[in-house]
Amino acid sequence: MATQDKQPFHWHGAIEKNITLLGVLSLLVVLVGGIVEIAPLFWIDNTIEKVKGVRPYTPLEQAGRDIYVREGCYLCHSQMIRPFRDETERYGHYSLAAESMYDHPFQWGSERTGPDLARVGGKYSDAWHVQHLTAPRSVVPESIMPNYAFLAKNELTKPDIAAEVKSLAITGVPYTKDDIAKAKEDLFNQANPDADNTDLIKRYPKAQARDFDGNPKKLTEMDALIAYLQVLGTFVDTESAAAQEALAKEKGR
Amino acid sequence: MSAPENNETGPRIDEPTGTATMGHEWDGIEELNTPLPTWWLYTFYACIVFAIGYCVVYPAIPGIKEGSHGTFGWTSRGQLASEMDAAKAARAPVLAALDATPIEDLPKNPELLAKAVAGGKAAFKVNCVPCHGSGAAGSIGYPNLNDDDWLWGGTLTDIQTTLEHGIRQPGDAATRTSMMPSFGRDGILKPADVQDVVSYVRQISGQEPGNASAQRGAALFAANCVACHNPDGKGNRMFGAPNLTDKVWLYGGSRTAIAETVTNAHAGVMPAWGNRLSPATIKMLAAYVHSLGGGEAFAAPAAPAADAASTGQ
Repeated sequence: MATQDKQPFHWHGAIEKNITLLGVLSLLVVLVGGIVEIAPLFWIDNTIEKVKGVRPYTPLEQAGRDIYVREGCYLCHSQMIRPFRDETERYGHYSLAAESMYDHPFQWGSERTGPDLARVGGKYSDAWHVQHLTAPRSVVPESIMPNYAFLAKNELTKPDIAAEVKSLAITGVPYTKDDIAKAKEDLFNQANPDADNTDLIKRYPKAQARDFDGNPKKLTEMDALIAYLQVLGTFVDTESAAAQEALAKEKGR
Repeated sequence: MSAPENNETGPRIDEPTGTATMGHEWDGIEELNTPLPTWWLYTFYACIVFAIGYCVVYPAIPGIKEGSHGTFGWTSRGQLASEMDAAKAARAPVLAALDATPIEDLPKNPELLAKAVAGGKAAFKVNCVPCHGSGAAGSIGYPNLNDDDWLWGGTLTDIQTTLEHGIRQPGDAATRTSMMPSFGRDGILKPADVQDVVSYVRQISGQEPGNASAQRGAALFAANCVACHNPDGKGNRMFGAPNLTDKVWLYGGSRTAIAETVTNAHAGVMPAWGNRLSPATIKMLAAYVHSLGGGEAFAAPAAPAADAASTGQ
């Protein structure tokens, strides 16, 4: 057997025997790992790519998003289509980082008991969503999703939507002063088929303003949630030829 | 920092194992300086070498504007693109054959038909399952595609037209369209009349014995319903008017359900898939739906025996 002096790394004993030195060196190692692995994501071009079409959520969509978070939809549904053939053929174009840039917190999820919802917007009709959320097995017999019939009965309560929109603006979501001031009327008007929503749609392009839950008289949580689901993944026109070409050519991912 | 204290005397050799100790002890407990197993050590070195190689050939090292590209030039998106291209190339001959074959001729080419049915099955799972169900059995408001009861026709061309132009799609001139009046809501029939019509419909569908209400309903039926549902109640595919004499009900066949339909008519819709899917995909879907069990043969009036032969299922 070799003696201690001939062992490789025998000097390592000094680190092992000095708790302060061990602590300082460990910190350095973790720091380097963090800087190399995490920090570049904040400046490398392809992780902060700008994509045309991404906009903040309307107050109603944001309210629906809050219900999505409250009900824990992310526990079974991801919102992250990975660049694999099986996923893109089923769900559509893979998700782009910029598509969730205004999500606080993002809903990528990691559990896929149910299908991915990143591009569910426009895939089904409002009526289908109402029926499916009310009684999932009436349209998908093998589903194990719980019933969310109560959403249609619960009136949407948002005591201060303007404050919520404002706090999102503070975190960096580009809501304008106008958006914040009109948040409350936007919330109610988007699901009101009789309201004039031209201004809303101008401020929030591609916003869909209509009654979502089949009950125009009442603004329910169902309205909000369906408004949110119907807009998921619809901001960016991934099918346009130019976008496809640029994405296929890019390097380093 | 501080050097090992008893370096000059050298570490003690532990007698039972013959291994040197580390040279320190706490309350009589010493630590053996057992060397790492050679296989482990070399695996460790091999991993380091592999990691260096990996960083060279794959994108790994971040930079100021972008990360290193790696000598292989691999990207996850590029890999997806090449996989999709390979899949597209593999499908190309079948799709080309499908594009060249009018759907009427599809049954004459069993091999192509089988491929179309398989492709249609996959496309069905992506596009049609939400409403028609994973087994195509439908549900309330969404037709069952496994049976031979068709609203708009069950030949390959009929199904293709329905798929391509949808049902009640505004802006599509060739869409399947019709409108049942809301007899109750619009006051064409009084609530009592609606109940009589329901009695009659329940009678001709064999769910209730005839009675006085059904007799009154028969007259109302003749006056209001026969234009679309035919005098015998067997429906008319020109208007997508369902056969009322069978046991197949799109919105339910109970008294309440039929009364609801007569009062507030239904007008189900289906998207015009021609806007979203390629013609070959639509042919595949038509072939799949046709193959499910209820597909009808071309120009074979009153020849149900020919159906089974043509579908080959």
